[in-house]
Amino acid sequence: MIGGLFIYNHKGEVLISRVYRDDIGKTWNPSYTSPPSPSHWNHMRNAVDAFRVNVIHARQQVRSPVTNIARTSFFHVKRSNIWLAAVTKQNVNAAMVFEFLYKMCDVMTAYFGKISEENIKNNFVLIYELLDEILDFGYPQNSETGALKTFITQQGIKGQTKEEQSQITSQVTGQIGWRREGIKYRRNELFLDVLESVNLLMSPQGQVLSAHVSGRVVMKSYLSGMPECKFGMNDKIVIDKQGKGGASDDAGKSGKQSIAIDDCTFHQCVRLSKFDSERSISFIPPDGEYELMRYRTTKDIILPFRVIPLVREVGRTKLEVKVVIKSNFKPSLLAQKIEVRIPTPLNTSGVQVICMKGKAKYKASENAIVWKIKRMAGMKESQISAEIELLPTNDKKKWARPPISMNFEVPFAPSGLKVRYLKVFESKLNYSDHDVIKWVRYIGRSGIYETRC
Amino acid sequence: MPAVSKGDGMRGLAVFISDIRNCKSKEAEIKRINKELANIRSKFKGDKALDGYSKKKYVCKLLFIFLLGHDIDFGHMEAVNLLSSNKYTEKQIGYLFISVLVNSNSELIRLINNAIKNDLSSRNPTFMCLALHCIANVGSREMAEAFASEIPRILVAGDTMDSVKQSAALCLLRLYKTSPDLVLMGEWTSRVVHLLNDQHMGVVTAAISLITCLSQKNPDEFKTCVSLAVSRLSRIVSSASTDLQDYTYYFVPAPWLSCKLLRLLQCYPPPEDGAVKGRLVECLETILNKAQEPPKSKKVQHSNAKNAILFEAISLIIHYDSEPNLLVRACNQLGQFLQHRETNLRYLALESMCTLASSEFSHEAVKTHIETVINALKTERDVSVRQRAADLLYAMCDRSNAKQIVAEMLSYLETADYSIREEMVLKVAILAEKYAVDYSWYVDTILNLIRIAGDYVSEEVWYRVIQIVINRDDVQGYAAKTVFEALQAPACHENMVKVGGYILGEFGNLIAGDPRSSPLVQFNLLHSKFHLCSVPTRALLLSAYIKFINLFPETKATIQEVLRCDSQIRNSDVELQQRAVEYLKLSSIASTDVLATVLEEMPPFPERESSILAKLKKKKGPGAVSVTELEDNKREGGELNGGGDRGPDTAAMAASNASTPSPSADLLGIRSAAPVGAPPASTGSLLVDVFSEAGPAAPSAAVNDDGFLSSAPPSEDPAPPLSEADELLNKFVCKNNGVLFENQLLQIGIKSEYRQNLGRMYLFYGNKTSVQFASFTTTVSCPGDLQSHILFLNVQTKPVEPLVEGGAQIQQVLNIECLTDFSDAPLLNIKFRYGGALQNLTLKLPVTINKFFQPTEMSSHDFFQRWKQLSQPQQEAQKIFKANHSMDTEVLKAKLLGLGTALLDNVDPNPENYVCAGVIQTKSQQVGCLLRLEPNAQAQMYRLTLRCSKDSVSRRLCELLAQQF
Repeated sequence: MIGGLFIYNHKGEVLISRVYRDDIGKTWNPSYTSPPSPSHWNHMRNAVDAFRVNVIHARQQVRSPVTNIARTSFFHVKRSNIWLAAVTKQNVNAAMVFEFLYKMCDVMTAYFGKISEENIKNNFVLIYELLDEILDFGYPQNSETGALKTFITQQGIKGQTKEEQSQITSQVTGQIGWRREGIKYRRNELFLDVLESVNLLMSPQGQVLSAHVSGRVVMKSYLSGMPECKFGMNDKIVIDKQGKGGASDDAGKSGKQSIAIDDCTFHQCVRLSKFDSERSISFIPPDGEYELMRYRTTKDIILPFRVIPLVREVGRTKLEVKVVIKSNFKPSLLAQKIEVRIPTPLNTSGVQVICMKGKAKYKASENAIVWKIKRMAGMKESQISAEIELLPTNDKKKWARPPISMNFEVPFAPSGLKVRYLKVFESKLNYSDHDVIKWVRYIGRSGIYETRC
Repeated sequence: MPAVSKGDGMRGLAVFISDIRNCKSKEAEIKRINKELANIRSKFKGDKALDGYSKKKYVCKLLFIFLLGHDIDFGHMEAVNLLSSNKYTEKQIGYLFISVLVNSNSELIRLINNAIKNDLSSRNPTFMCLALHCIANVGSREMAEAFASEIPRILVAGDTMDSVKQSAALCLLRLYKTSPDLVLMGEWTSRVVHLLNDQHMGVVTAAISLITCLSQKNPDEFKTCVSLAVSRLSRIVSSASTDLQDYTYYFVPAPWLSCKLLRLLQCYPPPEDGAVKGRLVECLETILNKAQEPPKSKKVQHSNAKNAILFEAISLIIHYDSEPNLLVRACNQLGQFLQHRETNLRYLALESMCTLASSEFSHEAVKTHIETVINALKTERDVSVRQRAADLLYAMCDRSNAKQIVAEMLSYLETADYSIREEMVLKVAILAEKYAVDYSWYVDTILNLIRIAGDYVSEEVWYRVIQIVINRDDVQGYAAKTVFEALQAPACHENMVKVGGYILGEFGNLIAGDPRSSPLVQFNLLHSKFHLCSVPTRALLLSAYIKFINLFPETKATIQEVLRCDSQIRNSDVELQQRAVEYLKLSSIASTDVLATVLEEMPPFPERESSILAKLKKKKGPGAVSVTELEDNKREGGELNGGGDRGPDTAAMAASNASTPSPSADLLGIRSAAPVGAPPASTGSLLVDVFSEAGPAAPSAAVNDDGFLSSAPPSEDPAPPLSEADELLNKFVCKNNGVLFENQLLQIGIKSEYRQNLGRMYLFYGNKTSVQFASFTTTVSCPGDLQSHILFLNVQTKPVEPLVEGGAQIQQVLNIECLTDFSDAPLLNIKFRYGGALQNLTLKLPVTINKFFQPTEMSSHDFFQRWKQLSQPQQEAQKIFKANHSMDTEVLKAKLLGLGTALLDNVDPNPENYVCAGVIQTKSQQVGCLLRLEPNAQAQMYRLTLRCSKDSVSRRLCELLAQQF
């Protein structure tokens, strides 16, 4: 279980420290019968310093998110300049700790926006209050923002009636902790976003070395009462099952478009038992924004762009680079925010770039040529060529040729996921599925999208 | 660096640095640096010539980026170009870049060397200085090769400026330190020494550093510097504080120079010339007098400078160790510092006093400060000062104050820092034994020691208590009573339980009369600790229980019950289980008489022979191979302990072995106490010998101290030193390289090569501790008649460095010339100070006559012809002996070749036999040797026959070789 939680700024100063168990930080030599001064503060201080010295100020950048120092584990995540570190002496489930840290980030963002030193300093009382609520003796508790906001507020204490207080208690400890009763909207609306990031590593010859899509289904619901929702997508298992059960014309049409989901996780509101038995996703949604599910696919990924690199070394002092990108989707769709990053050798002394479309620039500070295109339709092609001048160096080390990376945003799901239906049932109030206004949007973004050159 | 004028400052550089400083994060900094690097690369591309200023600016930026920790792989050429500039600042930056960034194997080194050469030959002193600084900063071997011959010339040339001379002296010092073989002073020596007379104090200061270093390596060449140094020192000391102008520091004339002069003098023995000596003594007295004067300034710098000289002077006085008057004065002066406000001064005073205490002249004077030192131990805030105080107490201890000091150290131990406890425990144990007048005091002290700091008490310490208790009748009852009382504490240390178990098991009967310590009470007390102890202690306790059955038959039922319970008789630990089963059976089967015989009181520990010898004996004597052999090897120790009264009844013997509670092989390493009844004052035990300082080190001292400080494996355990040394010698008869000696402090490795009658031996002394060894000296002597009459062996040694840092290794070279044949090996004596205590060690150097063998090949015919020629009875030596090692052909061949002789094939008609021939080369004569070794595989015996043209050689070789196979 989590022994303590620290938040540091980029200098390694502690902004927030909350210790749940006093086993952390005992890094004394065990041969001593008793530590020189066994004050609680000293223990914590030790762990705090250990992380700062060994991770934040480490001579070599620490890449691993888990660091073990003196039999104490430090799990950290970084948000801009802020380090969040969970500390424990026990053998905990690391995935749980990270999930908690991410949740914690979400909660903080929901309360005061961007996680920055300034914001943390301004809200430190709130953060301690939140920490008291979402972590008990190191065990994570309810971290649902909506629920938390009902009893941890940023305003002063409102005079709550006894009823309201007891309602909070029953809600927090009740079965549906993430939604309170008695929500009313004039317009029942539902927003559903399928957000995917596509990751790729391709060889110079165009062979896919590894590719996967990690996607999220994010919902924003403004529904009255306690509605029951049912979500359906073109999951291969579901489609196949339906195909067997009859409805042959339906299966023929959508069968080939079904996708194989490798693994998925759900928001706590989804009834897992139902998913396990019928593979249907039904839930009572929280109010407001939340992430319904996360999934990952690795098969039949639509790669939106193809990068074709051509690098030629002309003598010791010159390098010629030509890169072609091809868009590979319906011509009616438009990709946006396209950025190609071509790394340059460390001894580059000058660069000339010619490109047909967009803007390209040599960024010395990043050792790369950055080529930006605002929009690009499907089934098009564009090209850039660059001449790189090199300075002869004493070092005989060869340039390692890092891969060319790419960023983009496309209006479809590269995994092929489709939302088939999203039904809303509310038996007590008098609105039906048809009265709910539903919005569905697909966004595909690049994750790590690299081509070796 | 001269201040850079405003117009000369580099704005671009300043902007860049402030940009970097303002970066919010590491990433931002890296971006900024990448941008700057790209900019510099585009500037250096070579299309357009850069002017000196921008070149300097960019090189500066590169240097700054490098110092931030980024790799720089270009710009070296530009930096080299800057060297040829005529502007000081540009040249300076060029040199700076090169000394920081250019590694020695760069291709540019030739260009750089050229530029340096130009600057050295220029008449401009600042340029010369820059070049010299660069050489010193890089200090690589290439630099040394290129300039080692040039710099001495600059140093002694008449027309060189003073500032250049200073730089040259320090530069030469640096080159000498990196590659001493390249810096040959030879012809320059006398002129360098005369730099001590230079007008310019700076030059003298620089030169003296050089001379000190050089004279440590070749003291003879620089002998003349002593008188010059003394006269210089006396001039400085006697000068008024205003005489030296720039070199007066807070009213102290030339403090650094004085310190260096005093340190230089410490490299030499006291001057023989009376006048010089008189002058020096006068100087030292003046320094001591000045320390008494009221300070001329309240500033801390003034007192620091003054004290620095004073401490250096005291070190010199201690080094000379010949002027009782000065030593006592120094001691009194240090005594004043003991109560000084300044912590550093107290530390230094304690440290110096430690060395003073070992001088016979000042030992008494040091002792007068005992109260202050004890006070320091108790009240000092700084742990390092307390440590020094403990060292000093240890050093000043003698019979008169031992009780007081031991008591104080014990009481301090309760609150002592963890880091020094172990050392303190050792010191208390050593002192307690060394100065024990009455043994009950000794027992009390050690038991207290275990009670207070049980974790830090090593095995040897409690073994020793038991040995002494067993060997001395008068203390046994008291010891039993004391341990019984000590065990009553609710929590007592395991070591205490061990001692208690052993002593009550042996002598519990002596206190059984008292109803408060009736047998059952004793047993219950011991057994209450049983479950908290580790396995070896439990085993010891089980032995104690069976002894109880013998001592007090009334406890038999209770103890049998204990032994019978599952946790003993079915214990998962084999040792415990076996003991429980055997003891249970023994107690139920054997009659009281048998039991009494088997479980008799332990005999006094005999004056024991070396464990190695004992082992050898055991192997030879077939009678000794008994049931015990089947038992765990660990018990060997026990067996030997009982060896004194080994009876024919093997069963009883086995039991008595088993019941010897655990003194394992380590116990043997400790030489036993003095014979019973010897006056306590002369307890010739190992602990005492650690102290036997100075004097021609008896080998015993060395060996004993090893026995105490280390828990060396039994085979290495030295006992009677000579046999140990012989054993070592035998190890090296057939090989030239290996580890000669090793204990916890020191490892000595050896590497040797021989040609004809000459040999060279490299000795490697490795400090295995983390603490430096001070005043490390080694001497080689030829013992016995070798030394007095004829010099058989001419051994030349080069002196070694007096300081050996922790973990470091130093090397010593020995040149050996064999003048005529010899039989005894030369002795190597090593002395050093480890944490204040003098360590003294004597070993035999593995130089044996066979090392000077030249192999001779000859045919069968020739061999037998010569064999017959050497037929006089005294020319032949023969020995028949049992094989000590396996009779493997290849091993034997390797050994015979290692001997240095030629192994002749097809000579002896019997192919099983080995025949060798060789000539021993000595300066005076050559001795031809023929050897024949006839193995008998069935009987595991050898017959060795040697015929040499000189009878003493045959005998000696025969002796040597008989132990090899």
